[in-house]
This record gives sequence, C-alpha cells and structure tokens, in this order.
Amino acid sequence: MNYCIEVFWRTPQRDGRATDVSTQVVQVGIEGAQSVRVSDLTFVRGELSASEVKRLAKELLVDPIVEGYRWWSGRSVPALQAERKADQGAELAVEVGYRPGVTDPVAEHLLRRARALRIGSVKGVATGARYLFTGDLASSDLHQIAEQVLCNDVIETYTLGPLPPAFVPRADPSYEVAVIPVREADDEALARMSVERVLFLSLEEMQAIQREFRTLGRDPTDVELETLAQTWSEHCQHKTFKARIDFSCQDGMERIVPGAETGALPCEETIDGLLNTYIRGATEQLNRGWVRSAFVDNAGIIDFDAASVVSFKVETHNHPSALEPFGGANTGVGGVIRDIIGVSGRPVANTDVLCFGPLDMQTADVPEGVLHPRRIARGVIAGIEDYGNKMGIPTVSGAILYDHGYVANPLIYCGCVGLARKGQHRRDPQPGDLCVALGGRTGRDGLHGATFSSAELTHETGQTVGSVVQIGDPITEKAMMEAVMRARDEGLYHAITDCGAGGFSSAAGEMGRDVGVEVELSDVPLKYPGLRPWEIWLSEAQERMVLAVPQKHLPRLREICEELDVELTVIGHFTGKGRLRVRYEGKTVADMDMDFVHDGWPRPTMRAEWQPPAVPDVEGVSADDLTSVLLRLLADPDVASKEKVIRRYDHEVQGATVVKPLVGAVNDGPSDAVVLSPWETEGWRGIALGCGINPHYGQIDPYAMAWAVVDEAVRNVVAVGGDPDHTALLDNFCWGNPALPDRLGALVRAAQGCHDAALAYGTPFISGKDSLNNEYVDPHGEKRAIPPTLLISSLSVVPDARKAVTMDLKRPGDLLYAVGETRAEMGGALYRRLHGAVGGKVPAPVPGAVEVMRALHRAISDGLVRACHDLSEGGLAVAAAEMVIAGRVGLEVDLRSLPRTPDVQTDAMALFSESSARFLVEVAPEAAATFEAALSGRPAAQLGYVTQEGVLCVHGIGSGVVIECGVDDLVRRSFGEGAKTKL
Amino acid sequence: MVDVLILHATGTNRDREAAWAVEKAGGNPVILHVNALRDRTTWLHDFQMLILPGGFSYGDALGAGRLLASDLRWLFEDELADFIESGKPILGICNGFQALVKSGWLPGPPGDSTSGLLRTQVEATLTRNASNRFECRWVWLEPEPESVCVFTRGLAGREDARITCPVAHGEGRFVPDDGVLGRLHARGQIALTYVSGAARDGRRRSESPANYPANPNGSVADIAGICNEQGNVLGLMPHPEDHIVPWQHPRWTRGERGGLALDLFVEGLAYARGR
Repeated sequence: MNYCIEVFWRTPQRDGRATDVSTQVVQVGIEGAQSVRVSDLTFVRGELSASEVKRLAKELLVDPIVEGYRWWSGRSVPALQAERKADQGAELAVEVGYRPGVTDPVAEHLLRRARALRIGSVKGVATGARYLFTGDLASSDLHQIAEQVLCNDVIETYTLGPLPPAFVPRADPSYEVAVIPVREADDEALARMSVERVLFLSLEEMQAIQREFRTLGRDPTDVELETLAQTWSEHCQHKTFKARIDFSCQDGMERIVPGAETGALPCEETIDGLLNTYIRGATEQLNRGWVRSAFVDNAGIIDFDAASVVSFKVETHNHPSALEPFGGANTGVGGVIRDIIGVSGRPVANTDVLCFGPLDMQTADVPEGVLHPRRIARGVIAGIEDYGNKMGIPTVSGAILYDHGYVANPLIYCGCVGLARKGQHRRDPQPGDLCVALGGRTGRDGLHGATFSSAELTHETGQTVGSVVQIGDPITEKAMMEAVMRARDEGLYHAITDCGAGGFSSAAGEMGRDVGVEVELSDVPLKYPGLRPWEIWLSEAQERMVLAVPQKHLPRLREICEELDVELTVIGHFTGKGRLRVRYEGKTVADMDMDFVHDGWPRPTMRAEWQPPAVPDVEGVSADDLTSVLLRLLADPDVASKEKVIRRYDHEVQGATVVKPLVGAVNDGPSDAVVLSPWETEGWRGIALGCGINPHYGQIDPYAMAWAVVDEAVRNVVAVGGDPDHTALLDNFCWGNPALPDRLGALVRAAQGCHDAALAYGTPFISGKDSLNNEYVDPHGEKRAIPPTLLISSLSVVPDARKAVTMDLKRPGDLLYAVGETRAEMGGALYRRLHGAVGGKVPAPVPGAVEVMRALHRAISDGLVRACHDLSEGGLAVAAAEMVIAGRVGLEVDLRSLPRTPDVQTDAMALFSESSARFLVEVAPEAAATFEAALSGRPAAQLGYVTQEGVLCVHGIGSGVVIECGVDDLVRRSFGEGAKTKL
Repeated sequence: MVDVLILHATGTNRDREAAWAVEKAGGNPVILHVNALRDRTTWLHDFQMLILPGGFSYGDALGAGRLLASDLRWLFEDELADFIESGKPILGICNGFQALVKSGWLPGPPGDSTSGLLRTQVEATLTRNASNRFECRWVWLEPEPESVCVFTRGLAGREDARITCPVAHGEGRFVPDDGVLGRLHARGQIALTYVSGAARDGRRRSESPANYPANPNGSVADIAGICNEQGNVLGLMPHPEDHIVPWQHPRWTRGERGGLALDLFVEGLAYARGR
C-alpha cells in the first residue's frame, strides 16, 4: 500500500513559512495570490493499519500544539493520487518533491525511526511540500511560481495537484564495466570520446593515455579512464597553476619586489609554474618558523601556541551553487570542513565570502537558464546556515559583494579553521594498513563534479549535468567528525583524507600514491543498488572520509563508530606495491601504475598576455553634497549592514568568539575581523580571521589589486589585535577561462602581486585554491567572464585576546587618529562606481605598510587603543560613519590634519579615496602622548575627537563643514530602510 | 563532586560548552552518547544531575528535538521518571529544552499523577520563530521571582539578577496549549523571561512586554524558560553555557561586565550537592 500524510499549520497565529512564500511570490511579479498555506507531505510505502498510520503521524510527524494532519491511502501510486485528487478537487495547489535518487535525509530518518518503533511495516519513505494558494491565479501563474520560487528543476519536480512520491527506484546491482578502445582511435575520435564521456581532457592528455595503454598492450576500462580524467582534472591537479607560461606584456609594466631593484618587467618571459614561482615561492623565501604545512596537506597549518597548531582552508563551490544554490553552498561548507578533518583538525570556525549579481535585477534581464540573483543568494545563505549551524561550528567571518559580472557565475568561497595538538596529524599510510571508509553511503550524487568544474556554464548546463549536484547531510558529517576526533586523540590511524571531488578515486588514489592501494568496490555500502563500478569509484557522495588504519586498531575504531552511529567499512588495504588496483567482486577493473596516474599528464605550456585595459586615467570627482554622497555609499549593498545575514549563522557556538562579527553599543557594527579564543587551548591566545577582496581594482590593474587585498586581509586582523608577524594568508583565485591569453595574463599579474606583497608584509601563503573557467556562454554563443576575483584570507595569532580591540567608538572626549597616508586613488573606488565612472588610479602598493602595522600592533598590545577600524570600500568617510554607528556617539573630524599626498586636494578625494594601509584609531586623551610616540615617524595624526552629540561632523580641507549628519540617519541608511535589495 | 551527565545524541553540538560550564561551576561533567544509555552500559541513576545540551539531535529531521523526544519517551521513560521524582536536577538547553517539551516532560505532569505510560502529556511546543529565521543574538533574561525553579530561585532576589547570553535557534517560539499558560503562572513554573535590558525598572512584566528582538522568537508571554512543578527540571532556549567568562560578553571591549550565566550552573550544582 501507499500512504500520504499531510501535516498542516492549524493555529490562528501566523505561519512564518507561508509569509515567506507570499513575499517571494510578489517578488517574481505575481500579484494575484491572496493567501498561501504550506504543509509537509510524507509518503510511505508498506503495510500499516489505520491506527498505525495515526500513530506514525502523532509520534513522529505532527506537532499537536500548532499542527493538524490528514491522510490517504491507495493500493498503487496512481490510486493514491486519485484518492487525493478526489478529496482536494480543483484547489490551487503546487506540490514539490525531490527527484528519485536525490538524497533525502528526512525520509531516511523517518524510515529508520518508524522501524525502530515497530510501526507497521514500512518499506519506503519520500517527502514533499504542498503549497495551497487562494486568489486570482491562472495555471500559468502557478507554473511560474513553481519554477521561480518553489521548485529547482535540477533536484526537484513539481505538479499542480497531487505529487507522485519519489520512492527510491528499485534496481539490481550492476556489474557492467566497459573497455574503451583508445588504442586504435584517431585524434578526432579521442577528442570526441573526451566530450561524450564528460572527461574534459585535452587532446594531448588523451594521447598520453593512448600511449600508456598501447605500451600496456590493452585498452583501459571505464574505471581507469574515469580515474585519469578525475586525477588530471583542473580541480584536482591545478594544471593552470603548474603549467609553463609564455608571458608577454606591454612595455613599462612594473613590479615592486622587496629587497630588489624596482623596475620594469621584461616584455617576454617564461614562467615555470605560477604556484611554485610566485605563491609557494614567497612562502619558501619567507621561511617563517611557525609554518607547519603549506600546500602539502588538505589545508595549511601553522603553530598556534606551544601545544597546538591551527589549520585553515578556503574552497570555492561556484558551479554547483549556480545550479542548485542551497545544495551547492551546503556541500561547499561540508567539503571544506572535511578538508580540516583531513588534517586532523577540530573545526573551530567557518568563513564565507559570497559574490552575487544585483539582487534588484529585472527578471527579464536575467540570462536564459540562469537563476535570479535573489534566488541564488537566498539559497546559498540558507545552505551555509544549515550546514554550519548543524555542525556546531561558528560561522564568523566573511563578506558579500554584488556585481553584474556574477549574475551567471556566482562565487561561493567557504572556509574552515581547525585546531589540533602538535603531532596529532599523521600522513603516512603503511603497507598492510587497512583502507577504511567512514561516514555517509555512496550514491550516484555528484558524478563528474571534479571534471565538471572545468566546464564553462551554458544555458543548458543545468539539464545536462544535473547529477553533479550533491545534497548535504550535516548530521552524518557531525557524527563522522566526532568519531574521527576520538580516533585522532587515541592515535588510531596513520593517514586520513576526505572524499571530495573525485570520490574514492581521489581519496584512495591520493593517499596510496606512495605505497599503492587495492580496493574492493563491492564492499562499499551504497544508498541504493544499481551503481556501476566506475560510479561507485567516482561518486562524490558527501560526508565520507578515508583512513589508513593499522589492523590492530580496527576493533577499537569499530567500537567508537558503533557508539556514535557512524558507518565504518573496510574497502581495501595499502599494498606497498606502488599500484592502484581496483576490484569489483574480485575481478580487477583497474590496475595502473601510481606514477602514471599522478604524474603521467603532459604538463602544458600556456600563453598569457597582459595589456592594461584602455580606461581613462582621470581622477576628476564631481562636487556633490558630500553628506548625501556618504548616505548613498552607506546604503550601497556592498557596504550596507549584513546583520540580517550574519545573525542567521550561529557565531557563538563553541563559546570562543571573543570579538564577534557584530560589535558596538547595540551589537550591530561591522567588525574588521573576529577573534576566537578556543576553550580547548590553555590561556588567552586568540585566532583572528580577516579577508580582502576587490574585483573592481582587478578589472583595472590585477597586480595592484593583489597588493591591495593582501593589505586589506592583513590590516583586518591587525585592527583587532592580530600580530602582523604571526599572520598567514590563503589565496583563492576565481577567474575566467585560462586558455584565453588575456584572462591568463591578468592571472599572471595577480600572482606576481601576491608574491611581492607577501614578501613585503612577511605573510606566507599556506594554502590556496583556484576556480577557473568561470565563464558563461549565452544562447548566442557570447562568452562572459566574471571580474577577476582574488580572495585573500588571513589567519593571525592574537597574543592576548583580552587585549583585543573593536571598531566601535567608545567614549566622548577620546581622540581620533588617522594612521596611514591618503593618496589620490579613486580607481575602482565605490565613490566612482556610484557615479558610473570607470578607470583612474587604483590603490597602489604601500611597500612599508607592515612597519606601520607593527607599530599599531604594539600600541594595541600595550592597551593604548580604545577602538580601531580599517579603511576600505568607501574610504575614510564610510569608516568614520561605521565607527559612529557602532558606538552610537558623535565624531568631529578635521580633514586639514589628514596625512595625505599633495595631490589630495578636494574633500571628496580625502573622504572617498581607497588608499591601502590606513586605519582610524580612538585613543583616550591620557594615552595620547604615548600613542603618538609609538607611531612617531609614521604617517599618523590626530584627526578629530569623539563627541556626545550623536552627529558626524567633517570639516573640509578648505573651510567649513562638508559633512554633517546625525547618527540616526546614518543608522537608517546602513540598515537599508527602504532599500530595494531585500533578500 | 557532583557528577553531571551531559547527554549527547547524534547532532548535539553544545555538549562540550556545557561541560566547560559545569567544570567552571565546580562540577564533574561526563559527556555520553545516548547509545551508551540505551545499551545499558551506563546508568542514569549513577549521576546527580543531567544536562540535555543544545544542537540538532538527529538533524532535527522531523522538527526540532522531535526524535530525541521520542528517545526520552520510549527508551528512557522509567529511568527519567525515577530521576525526576527523586528530585535530581535536569537542565535542558535549546535542543534539550525542545526535546523535554516535545516529550511532555516539560511543563510536565502535575505532582500527583506520576504513574503509567504516557503520563507525560504534550502541553506546549517550541515552534518556528515568528521571523521564520534562525537567529543568533544576545538576549537578557529575568529570573522570575515567583518561580519554584531550583536553578533560578536563588538568583531572583539579587540586585543584579538578570542574565545575558546568546540565543541561536530557528524553532524557539514557546506556545502553550489552551489553558496551560495560567497554570504555569499559578504554579511558579515560568522560570525565565525575555526582557529588554539589564535594568530592572520595577514595573510588572505584563505592563512592559519585551518586543522583538528582545524576545527573539515571538514566544508567548516572553517565556524563555520553564520548569516542572517540582522545580527540578528547567528548560530554556538561550545558551547560558556561552556566557561563563566576561570575555564572552558582546560588549566587554566597552567595559561592560556582569549578567554572567554561569550562576545558573552554580545554583543547579549547589542544589544537587545539598540534596
């Protein structure tokens, strides 16, 4: 029998869920809906008596205080639907459910629990949602609501009226292994093979495979071919960052290399890999003693204190989030958490930086096949909230940017920070160790995710690669994490890695790289039968880790897993033979030399060209009323308060958040960085987390952008008390198609900037990741790349978290200092973007910035600083306004005392220039002399003082007041009263 | 030393904080998985206090706290009943509160009807926040002077009785069934209410309701925490375990101190010790 139980809201109090749907329906332009009711549908297959159905509902589904239920049954699914249809008649209802085979954790929990409680005989469960509308709605309106608000075609289906339940399809095991005839194929056939099998391998790579198998005297199996495509994918191999690059640039392009003669670049240059030359190159040159692991493990690791190390990784999950925002972001968070677990770290913080198209975009302007930015943003934020909160990891740091360039290619950067005792992380599997899989089961989810990340999105991508989207189940990951943490503490494994892109192929293949591994695929627990061997091997099902476990520790590990409800499976062993061997029911389905798997790919030579874009080099600024300009900047989506989003993330769990993302008199000022002082460490050392990002500079000058965002990331953490001499960086490049020389040229310039800036600041890179091919090909074949976007994340040690500083103004009568020099740098600045002006000089490198930061850090450590805020988008004016908002006090500023270069001649330039390496600092009058002495010889001057009156008042360079604005007005603008860009 | 069992179900995530708070308050915390109780390798009666900590037990898959409630109802019913009837203290925080309410242990049966299966009648719920959003923010709590709760009654008389600590939940809106609210008032079962700030102005609570965001979820009568009739079982949505040292206060850099929630643990342990 088939049953459907509908649970509905029954009290007169408002149902927030329904209100949300109503709001979204209006947002997509449908005015006719009068009311909407939302209910949950549960479908059950099995044998239950009427009283058992009622018991199931009451015991597990219905909240008797606010909900009611009704139910139907039918011998078959069509009979059940007919029953429901007869009951519900011509109601205006949309019902939405998952597609068959999509992971549905709620259904799985219900199935397990119904069996545990012995409620009838339950064979299958599926879920859905029902939206019942009233009002004047045509069926075309209902379709539009379903498609644009309620249902995502990639993972869900909908019906108007009763939904057929998506029970997991029955299937038999599949033994099918294909042999692919590559040896006899000509070039054309090889290229076609790569496309048809979604391998994304180049012709040269296909030829290398052909050569290898000709030598072996046989053709590869599909398992082997898929393994190579995954291992050699851009995502796993970072081919662009390892490629040899022939770089040419225009005459006169410069670099500022610390310790070397500053000078022009040669016009032609061959670069021996961006990663080794620039990113890792800087780390090796700096040779900081506290760096424990850089670019070797799943995450970068540095010393925290004498006993502990802290790890940090940032990943992107752009393509999946474009197609299925909730699932994409959800599993992005889950994936980066596993990277930290993969270095034996206990996750202590999550970070996220998001780039979306404008939320107020007209629906008609959104390209075909692309979700509206508002829908992407809503789904992504909900996905981050769901995973981070359920894992019990505070989501503490991040940013949200909006630009037209991200409409088709949103960027989702997810970061995670972990903590471990020194020596707890082990990374040497021994011959004889068991290859153990922990956590979730394997399904068909996420096939080809690794290779798909090399694809450019088109308007049809959603339809052709639907299976690349994974659905997360944070609770499975949480349980798995707890098991791993116990295994770590008891020293039960020799090596550990996560199953991310490429699944077991990547995890076991990577881990067994030096010793060799043999895996039996028929032992892998599956979510449902029917997967072919290569699908099991490559599946990117979430929440799985692979461990190398010595035989003698297996019983103890099994005991831990049983207590914590974690599934453990021995899937093979490490051999000591240097080969990758995969079997299915004893039969060999892959057998390759590890050296070929990992190093057999032909290292490409790529071509890069760089020419500065032809933009006017003007610095002219219009002479508006500066108060109204400031108010407009505060309301700009990039600058406006993100409080509504931040509060949806649990930033308090683990109790370590000493400086919170929101600070100030009423807890709503934007913190420059957060400080965590983890309970599991001794004493009051802290971890400060910050980030720098600015694609607008990158469109004009990627080299200068890299310097500017490194500066921003470092000054973020210095502003709260981080030690600039114990600060590490992560680089995450999101770029267009690197096969196009102009895209790659900009990437070379940005990488050079990263190198030079890292040396100047003394801040090594410890981890990085790139996401390339962020391009969209529209239905007319036109290519659009995202703005070149470099995220620099910073991790800094705060010597004593109890001396941390926040950005809110504290006390009337205190003095305000400007630290750092203001220059005429409006290129890419928010002020100019607001006026629709492109071009101009972007903030230039400040090679001596770290000296200023060191001095400021000493002043903070000595307790001389009451508040400190770094200057970024919107410049001095926005920073001052934010300090006023956060402190709910007033401020007098006199621009005549601002440290500035002679070309800063107008008030607008002084207020809105975005020069790097600048801070506003509040100092008590009695500490002023000591503070000035600490900063002597640096560009620093008293700029004003804090007042009681609650007014921000700025005196211009000439004479007279140029900004005068009450704190209430500032607050109103910053918090988006009347803003168009509501989520 | 008071041995405190901190019960971990798959998805529980504030168990370690609860343990730190217990330690700081002078107790001896032991974190154990529900499965250890289920398998009878550990017994509830070996402990003097029980904490059901925050998190997302079983992923809150069928509603917040729902499946853990099912455990409390079907797996541990007799053990829990003995524990409560013997007067030992139980503290349910956030997800633990949700589980206690949804299994009927809170507000709990009247003192005179404690026998038979399903003596725990579900009489209230914690449902989706009025905002329909998960929210993480600091709130102020007033220990109600008339409450019989063993965790809060020692605080209520103090000058600086009010506590501040964060909430972090999506389903914390307390809704009692018809007629239940009056009984909660009458029997002193309302232990903690949301208030708008640190200062007590002497007005009666009914005259000055705490509007959003002081009441962060739309709870009826600003109720943040309730206890059973005996007063030894307390459930609350906010997280007292996240404010046990001054540097967790959101405005410590502004010189603000006080409102430490550690006292709830101190009081609970003192009661357990004194029994």
